[in-house]
Order: sequence, then C-alpha cells, then structure tokens
Amino acid sequence: MSGNGVGGPGGRRDAGARGGDDEEEDEEEGLEGEGLAAWERAYADERSWESLQEDESGLLRPIDTKTFQHAQYRRRLLLRTAAAAGDSGSAAPRIQRGLIRYLYVVIDFSRAASETDYRPSRMAVVAKCVEGFVREFFDQNPLSHIGLVAIKDGIAHRLTELGGSPESQIRALMGKLECSGDPSLQNALDLVHGFLTQVPSYGHREILILYSALTTCDPGNIMETIENCKKAKIRCSVVGLSAEIYICKHLCAETGGSYTVALDEAHFKELLQEHAPPSPAIAEYAVANLIKMGFPQRGAETIIAICSCHKEPKVGGGYTCPQCFARVCELPTECNICGLTLVSSPHLARSYHHLFPVLPFNEASVAPLNSYQKSPRTCFGCQQDLLNYGSKSSLHVSCPKCNQYFCLDCDIYIHESLHNCPGCESRRESILS
Amino acid sequence: MASSVSSKLYSDDVSLVVVLLDVNPFFWAGVNANSGTNQPAAALSFSKFLSHVLPFVSSILLINPLNQVVVIAAGVKSCGYIYDSGGGSDGTSVSDLRAGFLRRLEEFVERDRQLCRDGERAAATTSSLLSGSLSLALCYIQRVFRSGILHPQPRILCLQGSPDGPDQYVAVMNAIFSAQRSVVPIDSCVVGIRHSAFLQQASHITGGIYLKPQQLDALFQYLSVVFAADLQSRSFLQLPKSAGVDFRASCFCHKKPIDRGYVCSVCLSIFCKTHKKCSTCGSDFKQASADSRSKSDSKRKTLEAS
Repeated sequence: MSGNGVGGPGGRRDAGARGGDDEEEDEEEGLEGEGLAAWERAYADERSWESLQEDESGLLRPIDTKTFQHAQYRRRLLLRTAAAAGDSGSAAPRIQRGLIRYLYVVIDFSRAASETDYRPSRMAVVAKCVEGFVREFFDQNPLSHIGLVAIKDGIAHRLTELGGSPESQIRALMGKLECSGDPSLQNALDLVHGFLTQVPSYGHREILILYSALTTCDPGNIMETIENCKKAKIRCSVVGLSAEIYICKHLCAETGGSYTVALDEAHFKELLQEHAPPSPAIAEYAVANLIKMGFPQRGAETIIAICSCHKEPKVGGGYTCPQCFARVCELPTECNICGLTLVSSPHLARSYHHLFPVLPFNEASVAPLNSYQKSPRTCFGCQQDLLNYGSKSSLHVSCPKCNQYFCLDCDIYIHESLHNCPGCESRRESILS
Repeated sequence: MASSVSSKLYSDDVSLVVVLLDVNPFFWAGVNANSGTNQPAAALSFSKFLSHVLPFVSSILLINPLNQVVVIAAGVKSCGYIYDSGGGSDGTSVSDLRAGFLRRLEEFVERDRQLCRDGERAAATTSSLLSGSLSLALCYIQRVFRSGILHPQPRILCLQGSPDGPDQYVAVMNAIFSAQRSVVPIDSCVVGIRHSAFLQQASHITGGIYLKPQQLDALFQYLSVVFAADLQSRSFLQLPKSAGVDFRASCFCHKKPIDRGYVCSVCLSIFCKTHKKCSTCGSDFKQASADSRSKSDSKRKTLEAS
C-alpha cells in the first residue's frame, strides 16, 4: 500500500500536465521516471487502484464500466447521426458521402517524433496506430486508395504509392521506422499535391497529417501551397501530438479538414479512427459519375482455365468476366480483353451500411410490466434477460421502427458492427407488396 | 447442463451451433402439392425434412455434452428462437427435446401464419427472412463471446430451401461482414431447387462450407458427415469444395440480381441502367455520358471458361 503514497500523486500530476506539455515538462517527466524504482514505476504508470470503487457495504470491486461505455457510445452515435442529418439539410435519409477516397497519410518522422511522452516513443505509437487505421480504412472504404508519405530531415519522401492493399502499406511503413531532422509541412504538401492531382475526378482527395513537431522548416511561402491545395480541392486534416499550432489550424480551416490534438495514446487512436469512416462529401469536391462495372463469378475449385492476366493455366479460383468470359485471377481489376472494370460485389456491399444506417435506438427505462401486452422481458436480439441482468442497471433500449427491446450490449453491437436491426429485419411490411 | 459444468472443461472442440431453419410455408407447400408452377418438386416434405434435422441436432448434443445448439426459425413474416439447448428447462432426454422443439416450432408457424393473413397476397413474397435470422444468430453469438474467455466455438448453419430475397441484399451482406469480423463461419445447406447466391457468398466470405445435397433423402447423412464436425476437426476432413460462387449483386432500382451494372461514384449504389440522378444519394451525373468507355465494345473475344 505504501506504493500508492509514493507513486500516486506523481502519476496524477503527469496526467494533468500531458494536455499542454512542452519540452521542459517532458524532461521533468523523464527524470521523475528514472528516479523511481521499477516496482514504483509500475504503480505510477498504471494506477491500478483507479479502476476500483467502493460499494455500499465498503467492499472494493471493479468499476462497472458498462454503463459508462454505453453512454460514451451513445454520445458518439448521436453526434454522427446529427452530423449526417445536418449535412443533408433535413432529416432525410439521403446521405452523400465520398466513398471513393484517395488519401495520403503524411507522417512526421522528424526529431520531435522521438519524444517519449507517448510510450515507448511518439514514433512507435504513431506507427502502431497507423497500422490499425489502414486496416480500418480499407474495411470501411472499399475501392479507396491510401498512400504513405514521411517527413524527415526537412524533406518529404513517399513511402508507398496509392494502393488498395493494406498489407503492403503496413510492410513499407514498418520497414522505415527512424526519425531525424526537422519537419517541413510545405514540402510534404507540395509532394502530395503533385500526386493527388493525377487521380480521377470522381475521387475524393484527402491528406491526413500526423504531426509531432511544433515547428515547420519550409523553403518558400507555405500560404501559397495551402492556396494550391485549396484550388485542387484537396481536403487536409491534421492530428497533432503535441500542441495546437496556428499554421495547421489555418491549413485545415482553408481546405475544409479537421484539426485535432491528442491528449494521450488512447485519445490519439480515437482521433485517428475518426478519419476512417468516409466524411460526408462536400458537394463540389468531386464530380459524380456512373462507372460501368462487372461483377464476375468465382469459378469452381476444380476447374482448370487459362487466365488472361498471366497467360498461364491455373487450377481453381479465378473469376470470369461477365462481358467477355475471360478468366482473371484477382479482383478488383480491369478486364484485359474488354476493358470492363471488374470488382467483387461484396467489396462494394461493405460500405452500404453508410448509406442505410440503423436509426439510433431510444432509451427505455423499466416499463411497468403489466402495461404492455408483451412485456419486454428478454432482449429481442440475444434473449438476454432484461430485468435482472447486470445486477443493477436494467436500462435498455428500443428501436423506434419495430419497437423491439434490446439490451445495451446488443445496442452497441447492432450499431457498431452488424448495421442491421434484427427486429426490423425479422418482419416484413405488408404494404410493400 | 452446459452452463453448470465447470468452465475448465471447455476446450477447442466445444461448439455452439446456431441452426437457421427455413419454415417458409410457400416453399414447403410447393414441395408437397407438387403443383409444379415454378419448381419441379423437391423430394422432401417438411415433416421428412424435420425428421432429418432433429436427429442431427441431437447428435451434435451427443458428440460432446458441452455442445450447445440454438435453433432459429426464419418465416415469411417473422423470425424467432424456437430452441436453445443451453436454456435447460426442456429436459434432457431426446424425446423431451423433440416434444419441446416441435411445440415451439408449431407455435411459431402459427404466429407467422397469422401475420401473413393480415391482408397479404401470397405470390409477392416467397423468400424467407434470412437477414433477420442471421442478425438474431449473430446477436446471440455476441452474447456468448461476452460471457467470458472460455466459450464454445460458435458457428451458424443455414438450412434454406426457399429462393433468395433480393430485397434483403444489403442486410444479408451486413450480417455476413459482421460474421466475418467476429470470425463466425456460416455453413449453408441448400435443400431448394436452385443454388442460393447469398449463401454461397456467405460461406465463401466467412470460410464456411456451402453444400447443395444431390440426394435429399439422405439429408441426415450429408448433415452429419459435413456439418457435425467441430471447427478444429475440419482441417483433417475432406470436405466438399466450393463449386463456384455467384457474386452477382442486386441492383438498387429493381432489386434484381445483375452481373454488370453502373456504380455511382459517390455512394457506390448499383443500378442496372444509366440514370441522370442517383436515387440513393441524389448526385447528378451530368458529365457521366461524355465519359463512356468506347474501348469496351470495340474488341470482343470470348474465352471458354471451362
């Protein structure tokens, strides 16, 4: 217990200071960390006692995080719905989102990225979070492309070209983890601007900058560069790791992006993930177009065919172009014979939940049992008992459309992962036919 | 029962099988009457079908006493849980299981029929609510995941006879991706006449097995040979290979399956012919017609695929 006394106050002060830290405090924290013994640091860093609370009878038990998590999730959901509704002007279900995105992630690997206020270092945390982000990005944005750019030693260089495969991006990033020199925002913007002007007109051009430094060391007038980006309709967003900087704020405000500064690792991750779902499209940013596409069938595992891409006989797998019946090995691609764009339809379907979102459920307190004909005793989704579940919180939610009742866990699952309301899917409207 | 046994006994080969039972009266009635309006009568009646499925369910429970089976019925108008071996109230013997199962099933069918009767023309809807039953199954499986680190390995088995409902395309796809994210394989056994594109995709994407038995009289054998083994043992078995996957999508305008179409660049909606305006997101396609692909029709060459 004495460990608490030593490590506790110090640990708390760190947390308070982290919001607006600068060089001095970083060093102070570093020194303080070294002054403690290893076992003391374990207490100072983890603060394990904070996850305990006292119940009525004075016993210690872990904090019930479920209600808290659910409240947090609901806030997020309502915010999202409000944003979508506000964008389309009314509560109409039409949501325009830029689903074909061309995004360059610019990572600051200057000297500032070696700071250890994030553990083990800013660079390691950024790399780890970018890995998660890239996967999430492709999950949410099929047919989109991502590229990586690093800033280092005053110049920007491209780690990967725009591409559609998460694995190759991550591999390229992990191979280049070192930081040195000064950052240059202008060089990075100029470089990416050059690449993004070449993408098709229906694509949405975006830059996401993960900026560790508090300075930028530029060869010319950065305002001109920002003006150029604005003209090229490139949306620039910045996630800062240290403190708010005017030039970043200006950049984001000019180009219609968002600027956020992370407090700690968890917050940084959260801010980064916010960029994964497609942003409601800004109407004039891209030209809408109808693209002709084919959805090829996958051949049986036993069939032998010559593929048109490698001109080799292959056993099994493979897809058949619906227009000219040529065999191709992989999707998405363009048919070598007839030039039709071939995509896998599940690929497209991955993003449909953005178009038809599940309405937020209404919170329902415990209803007087006998007032309803069918009292909601169990969750419609998982059959969990709603009344005495979780021992104290009998809070649950109901779908505004089908009026079925759900438990909080199902509520989160339905909105975050499933994107279907089981109640609405389990009935069919008679009017339709 | 399963829940009361010490959790230490849980190992890799304990499974939770969620069986989705197609109880669509239009399909099964078509089989019975042999009316031949749209299908040349499958060899199986509903009662025979059940006499294959029930022994299969009990055999899963017998393979490992910790195994759990949940049965969800998919009707025309509603979906519902009809059996849960983890519930414990139905008794343990096979005859009790059978009685409870049939009683709940009968109640469900009756309820579904009443919903149907409320001013409904039969011809319009001949598909079952696959999307609803999949969603329910996934919610149940999430609850099992939440129950602790030691939980049975879940999988879903769809027993479907009626044709796909293209209007459920988006919902079924959402469910498939959610299953894929939580690593729940969707096995499917189609007892209808035609292949099911939805279930082919579901099994392909989630890594499950898709099977359309040739001899429906031997359904029990198909079920017990192919679908009874737990996920761990599957790697040692020679299971049926996929005979191709139908990756056609449903167009948003007429809800019919297409293999070629036009995709809106803003929202990725699929249409079967060109429009001036996207009906989903409202974007205008003014410049669209100018950018046609002249290349596509110029040289055509057909390769025999097989």
